[in-house]
Amino acid sequence: MNLKEEPLLFELSSPGRVCASLPDCDVPATPVPPELARGDLSLPELHELGLVRHFTRLSQKNFSIDTQFYPLGSCTMKYNPKVNEAAASLPGWRNAHPLSGAEFNQGALELICSLQAWLCEIGGFAAGSLQPAAGAQGELAGVLIIRAYHASRGDSMRRTILVPDSAHGTNPASCTMAGFQAKTIPSDAEGGIDMAALKAALDGSAGGEVAGMMITNPNTLGLFERNIEAITMAVHEAGGLVYGDGANMNALAGVLKPADVGIDIMHYNLHKTFSTPHGGGGPGAGFVGVRPDLAEFLPGPIAIKAEGRGASREIYALGMPATSIGRMKAFYGNFGILVRAYVYLRMLGAPGLRRVAEAAVLNANYLKALVEGSYKIKYPRRCMHEFVAQGDLAEGVHTLDIAKRLIDYGFHPPTIYFPLIVPEALMIEPTETEAKETLDEFAAALLKIAEEARIQPGLLTSAPTSTPVGRLDEVSAARNPTLCYRG
Amino acid sequence: MKIDPNCRYRSSHEYARKDGSEVVVGISDHAQEALGDIVFVELAEVGKVLAQGEAIGVVESVKAASDIYAPLSGKITAVNAGLQGNPALLNKDCYGAGWLLRIAPSAAAEWEGLMDAAAYEKECGKE
Amino acid sequence: MPFIAATDADRSAMLGRIGVGSLGELFSDIPASARFPVLDLPGPLSELEAMREIEALAAKNLSASSSAWFLGAGAYYHFIPAVVPALASRAEFLTAYTPYQPEVSQGTLQAIFEYQSMAASLLGVDVVNASHYDGATALAEGLLMAYNAGARASPNAATGSGAAAAVPRDRAILCADIHPEYKDVIRSYLSAYPVRLEESELPPEKAAALADASTFCVVASYPGFTGAIGDIGAAARAAHASGAFLLVQADPIMCGLLKSPGELGADIVVAEGQALGNPMSFGGPFLGMMGAKASLVRKMPGRLVGQATDAAGRRGFVLTLTAREQHIRREKAVSNICSNQGLAMLQACVYLAAMGKTGLRAVAELCWNKAHYAASLIAKLPGFAIGTGSFFKEFTVKTPVPAEELASRLSRRGVVPGLPLSRYYPEREYELLTCVTEMCTKAQIELLARSLGEASA
Repeated sequence: MNLKEEPLLFELSSPGRVCASLPDCDVPATPVPPELARGDLSLPELHELGLVRHFTRLSQKNFSIDTQFYPLGSCTMKYNPKVNEAAASLPGWRNAHPLSGAEFNQGALELICSLQAWLCEIGGFAAGSLQPAAGAQGELAGVLIIRAYHASRGDSMRRTILVPDSAHGTNPASCTMAGFQAKTIPSDAEGGIDMAALKAALDGSAGGEVAGMMITNPNTLGLFERNIEAITMAVHEAGGLVYGDGANMNALAGVLKPADVGIDIMHYNLHKTFSTPHGGGGPGAGFVGVRPDLAEFLPGPIAIKAEGRGASREIYALGMPATSIGRMKAFYGNFGILVRAYVYLRMLGAPGLRRVAEAAVLNANYLKALVEGSYKIKYPRRCMHEFVAQGDLAEGVHTLDIAKRLIDYGFHPPTIYFPLIVPEALMIEPTETEAKETLDEFAAALLKIAEEARIQPGLLTSAPTSTPVGRLDEVSAARNPTLCYRG
Repeated sequence: MKIDPNCRYRSSHEYARKDGSEVVVGISDHAQEALGDIVFVELAEVGKVLAQGEAIGVVESVKAASDIYAPLSGKITAVNAGLQGNPALLNKDCYGAGWLLRIAPSAAAEWEGLMDAAAYEKECGKE
Repeated sequence: MPFIAATDADRSAMLGRIGVGSLGELFSDIPASARFPVLDLPGPLSELEAMREIEALAAKNLSASSSAWFLGAGAYYHFIPAVVPALASRAEFLTAYTPYQPEVSQGTLQAIFEYQSMAASLLGVDVVNASHYDGATALAEGLLMAYNAGARASPNAATGSGAAAAVPRDRAILCADIHPEYKDVIRSYLSAYPVRLEESELPPEKAAALADASTFCVVASYPGFTGAIGDIGAAARAAHASGAFLLVQADPIMCGLLKSPGELGADIVVAEGQALGNPMSFGGPFLGMMGAKASLVRKMPGRLVGQATDAAGRRGFVLTLTAREQHIRREKAVSNICSNQGLAMLQACVYLAAMGKTGLRAVAELCWNKAHYAASLIAKLPGFAIGTGSFFKEFTVKTPVPAEELASRLSRRGVVPGLPLSRYYPEREYELLTCVTEMCTKAQIELLARSLGEASA
């Protein structure tokens, strides 16, 4: 890891240095009206080697999947295959323009169409859209579909959406953006939805106001919702729709079709289950799939295959579903990301997907078995692809300290302090692409840290000490934010 | 955990303290401790007329954001401008220099409905 | 099985340690009747076969590099220096996650801070966030930001004085000439909010004059969808006079040559950053840029990176002002946005650094000069006229035969002349939106003019 401070671009800048290599203007110049012309443009001036060293050295300050085990629960940090990158950078994709016409983009449209169909098949959905740019956008689309559905039936009383207390923050945020009130349903002692609370929320006039429920299965505790069929049935009986948050599909693809247990609408995160790279925070891509009668509401445009075209060269086209909720972004989705997911799925096929889920669940259960002697597991029953442990090991030692100490052992920390219903939560998701030896090393580190917490807690509270910076003063940074280089 | 005996409290951890004809409003020591280091305080404007329980602002720390609700109905007569540049005041002295706002109360009967210091201490003990 | 490490021996050992006899036991919670469905998917391929298949598909797409390319309309063919993909595709950037653990993410965090800094300079604002999904969603989220900021923080309202506005501000004026798809996205995003979206036929300076006490925002594009450069300064003054915000969606390359929207008075500035080092990629992933005046920062959605110090006094960077975001505010968050366009933003960052002070201006000048040259040639063709007065790199062309027909004929012969406006506006059959960037040579521009002339004869 690069431990040396790296100056900012503006600090490396030297007037007169040039990196860009552009041709001279080969046409007559047209003067720029002075009232429109910009004065100063403050951008750095570096030569190419300086630029390259800067970003190379910066990259060496990151932990990444390619260099470290990255067991972030709920994020599915699986290996991002290099073949995905090779496929996405083909010139036919890079330089394809979204508006040059269906005639000139049959390859892209066929890819989107096929991917739509396969992602539907995996979930048991009748139709789907790849227009959303991310999981959160897929969620917003899903909730807007719920809204459109009830509106189309003249049902204007449906104002609330039920959301488990273990839900990811994007769930209630999406509800608000779609004009609903999120109503929290507590979890029971086993880590599943509290069925009594659910029934109460769906009873009588309260039930008449429920537009739907958002559910994650396996849930954010990594546990399979054993009452899933009863839950979806209850919501349907009250007239609502069930939205599935597919962030945890890595445990389910090839194992269970969510539509088979009553999920009406679902999003997947292609940057989780389907191996597209996380890129330091994005881009992602969100697929949203629906049951047959909701297809008309899907966000669009979507790719469609024209029937019976005979000898026509144009088989694939774009179309807007009949009563679509509209566009979630311009054009057709994060196509470059879709290419990566396509290649991944072609290499895996159905047998591969099932193997992925099996291996992911096996790895998680194995890791859990290795650490549950030293770390409390609030809900100890069989987990799926991830599990939640608690980091309150000793007086004065918190999950944050364990996370920081893991860094000194060369591991990226798991997700911390989520879900909110487990105090001092440590959410660990190994994924299927990790070898047994890595899991053994990680477990050994966690056990060592548990011991350190008891006999030498200072090692945890002062961690990390092996990184370019130690713990940063986030309070001062937030009180007096410096969000920009100011010279 | 400090509890000011001169204040009355809401279950959402706001306090109210009589000062002349006005009431000083803030958040309790229990609340500021739970939030951690305060980084920003956003408050409604002077002159705003409030109903009891209406949202009057947000207190933010690095890890959380808490809505603040009016413990009493009334009109805001002053807002603690010192918190803008120094939100740490709220952590250091929540009952004194870290006050949030002053209101001219409009419904005297509401005062009795708030928890007194003993009741609030008991309530916090339950959490 | 590709990418999975476990061997039979590994599996056996792990199952033993867990204390179960078979993998199937791990799935006993799954309803039996629905467990392990047979998925109707094409069979697995080796890497070699998968690449062959994807290459065949890619070959069916028209690449801009194989034609004389004059099509823009929201996705632009610009030069991407080799350093951009070379640096951005480094595995430590590509396969890292969101920088929630700053000590091990200083590479990503510093790059975001540098991007924020350069973008703020380019757009003329005080603060820029770590990006939105694309220009369209940035525009929609910018409008939501203006709505949430409301009357209290409006530019003319004195802080802390007087009562809140008696009239609720729920009206937004969308100036003419915003990209039609961007307007669609605004409608989708704001569909559940109690706002009145009014589309004006007027250019920015005139539409803004219609703002009143019920208006929270005026929205303008700079340049407009059909290329026209509006008077943003006048629009800002008019909007502010009524206490409304001005939200401007800008061309980031144009900001390298002409005054930035921030400099002209815009409160919130968004842009489609694809033109900065990102390929067109059939429409995504793109880059939503968003910036605003300092007074609005706490209402800004999306991630923000700030400077910080550690106990040893070392400078570092960290995600900050996170209390605005969904993982803390949940249903009260300003937006549900979780990811940003990390990789696309990094490409823009490297691009801006590579182009630098002189390079970006040079690119913009090339676009300006070549576009004006192209327009001058086309204007001389019998039956043709240029529809846009003041423009940067895109302008409308009035055609003597339907533009759709022209575009189709020319495209098959290796010249893509632009977007027939009937694609979005069915009644505008005889108009073409032509875009000229630094990628177009003089010879190609002259070929365009010749081809248009020949095809309409």
